[in-house]
Amino acid sequence: MQSVTVEDAVDMIPHGASVMIGGFMGVGAPERIIDELVRQGKRDLLVVANDTATPSTGIGKLVDAGLISRTITSHIGLNPETQRLMLAGKMTVDLVPQGTLIERIRAGGYGLGGVLTPTGLGTFAEEGKRRIEVDGKSYLLETALRCNFALVHAFLADYLGNLTYALTARNYNPVIAMAADKVIATADHIVPAGVIAPDHVITPATVVDYLVVNT
Amino acid sequence: MKSLDAQNRIAKRIARELRPGMLVNLGIGIPTLVANYLPRGMAVHFQAENGVIGTGPAPEAGMSHPTLTDAGGRLVGALPGASTFDSAMSFGLIRGGHVDVTVLGGLQVDAQGRLANWMIPGKFIPGMGGAMDLVTGAKRVIVGMEHSANGMPKIVPTCTLPLTSIKSVDLVVTELAVIGFSDGCATLVEVAPGASIEQILAATPIRLKMPDRLPQMAS
Repeated sequence: MQSVTVEDAVDMIPHGASVMIGGFMGVGAPERIIDELVRQGKRDLLVVANDTATPSTGIGKLVDAGLISRTITSHIGLNPETQRLMLAGKMTVDLVPQGTLIERIRAGGYGLGGVLTPTGLGTFAEEGKRRIEVDGKSYLLETALRCNFALVHAFLADYLGNLTYALTARNYNPVIAMAADKVIATADHIVPAGVIAPDHVITPATVVDYLVVNT
Repeated sequence: MKSLDAQNRIAKRIARELRPGMLVNLGIGIPTLVANYLPRGMAVHFQAENGVIGTGPAPEAGMSHPTLTDAGGRLVGALPGASTFDSAMSFGLIRGGHVDVTVLGGLQVDAQGRLANWMIPGKFIPGMGGAMDLVTGAKRVIVGMEHSANGMPKIVPTCTLPLTSIKSVDLVVTELAVIGFSDGCATLVEVAPGASIEQILAATPIRLKMPDRLPQMAS
């Protein structure tokens, strides 16, 4: 794990990168990294995230700035700008059931080719998917997802990069931290190694590549 | 009946389906109102799919925390014994059959009880969020919705909107009636105060079984 400034962290992300971003309706989103992506104008991003938040919060800031060309997400209902861009053909939106999306990411991070889920059978979500029978029950084969970068926000990070999360700000963060080539984390508080007890570490430091220093 | 009165009547009736100790997931809209009508002191565990069991009413002004929210992003409280977890576990709870009851809003329900509630093509595309997983995995699915929209029935022979799941829901509660679904058939279970059977039949263009005894909808 290496500590970096937010400017240097975002400088590593090229235009056109695929990024997983933590947060649920903006809660637990890495706001400082998102603000810096907007400042540096990183465009044509493929964003994998639960939702696109609301205008001017979390991922909504990337939508507002027109930096996302495609998103794989489960919900855009509270962001009219995402819906407008989608209907205008300016952003591709792949809608995925929420439980399927998080399992596809988990599979990507856990070395699996995909998962079998009953969710979406017989609906729009089945289009283009393989149906597989196991013990007489039908499932959809949902393939694994990985990205170039995972942008994670934690409550506490220690000097080594062990992470722990606060309440509902955990959501996608520990799952995406397993599923990207490079993991960049921000934290509300950075504390000495040992402050987070081993039993309380949710994301082990070894999967965190970069910790953004607090200023 | 005014929309707000209708919604509260629906929520109040659905609250009577909940029992102490149940794990319950409430959707956005009418379902959210159900929590307001729980009998005082009844301990139901509310799950929000963003990763918490044990949500409670929002605390007084100035005491809430920005990282304690429900699935709509609203600030909530947490009751003693609450727990938080990541999204994979949250949907493991949902898909894995650990949720006793989910209450969802609806755009349409068909004659077999199949729900459409996540998009109107070309007009309203919020995405399915957790709805497909909830209908697929919860032990019991209750839909709370107004009986019709702009004069058009919402309980219809075949859904014209995209389905949320091919699994049937168990119960639909509207401001006019309670309708149960089992084995692909719909049964009128209760009639709301002030509503007539003729009015319900006229607003419900599907085959509806009638029990011998038809109680009034509790309110």
